[in-house]
Amino acid sequence: MPNVRLTRVVEFCCSLRYWNPDLPDAENRRIFGRKAEPHGHNYQLEVTLRGEPDPITGMVVNLTELKGVLDREIVARFDHRDLNRDTPYFEKEPPTPENFVRVIRRVLLGVLAAGSLDRIRLREDPDTWVDLYERGGEGA
Amino acid sequence: MIALTRCYALPAAHVLSHPSLSAADNQRIYGKCANPAGHGHDYGLEITVTGPVDPVSGRIFDPDALDAIVRERVLSRFAYRRLNDDPAFQERVPTAENIAVVVHDRLEAPIAAHPGARLVGVRVHETRKSSFAYGELE
Repeated sequence: MPNVRLTRVVEFCCSLRYWNPDLPDAENRRIFGRKAEPHGHNYQLEVTLRGEPDPITGMVVNLTELKGVLDREIVARFDHRDLNRDTPYFEKEPPTPENFVRVIRRVLLGVLAAGSLDRIRLREDPDTWVDLYERGGEGA
Repeated sequence: MIALTRCYALPAAHVLSHPSLSAADNQRIYGKCANPAGHGHDYGLEITVTGPVDPVSGRIFDPDALDAIVRERVLSRFAYRRLNDDPAFQERVPTAENIAVVVHDRLEAPIAAHPGARLVGVRVHETRKSSFAYGELE
């Protein structure tokens, strides 16, 4: 059977700042510049799965189930939250899209069928995104 | 693999015709794109870099530094210009394919000058309907 990829998109809005509480304020501002100040993004997340279409249903994954997983695990967790204050992921590392996409990967690997994840693309704005490829075996 | 992509606008004029070909041949090959007076596009560039994520900054590449490299090496040279007038396009026709290769080759070294970083993709959107990519990721 052919290997097919499918992509589902979800959107969520968060506030954030690049800030390491262990560092002095001046050091945070020196390292992170304007992104040390509170700001926000309309994130767009593309989740790509791959697999062989089921011989009966013709689907790689039931899209309704995938939509439910992404709503529960991603949108409910992050939408209209502050990434620094409302989530436990960015106490030691700033919520750059590189770090955020790796947090999302860990969440998704816990709930998706093993081996199904192909690529995560996190758009911070229409002109900036980070891709995390599972291909080649190096995820994080 | 993890990769960071930033997009840039590059408005430029060009004519698709090769000086070694006759006007009739250029017209036959390139059609309306061979109009001698020229035409232009809002090219969109997607520049993709990979490398280790720095544990302190949390970044593969400082986006402001990438912007500065792209401005200096590509936009300041090609934006608001007629590409055919540029030395880079004397031997090759400024098709979007060749623009992708030229942009890639002008960015590769300054990006690699940042420890661990590597340019892995250049995608050129000529219009909303056509895009052209070059690099190891593509």
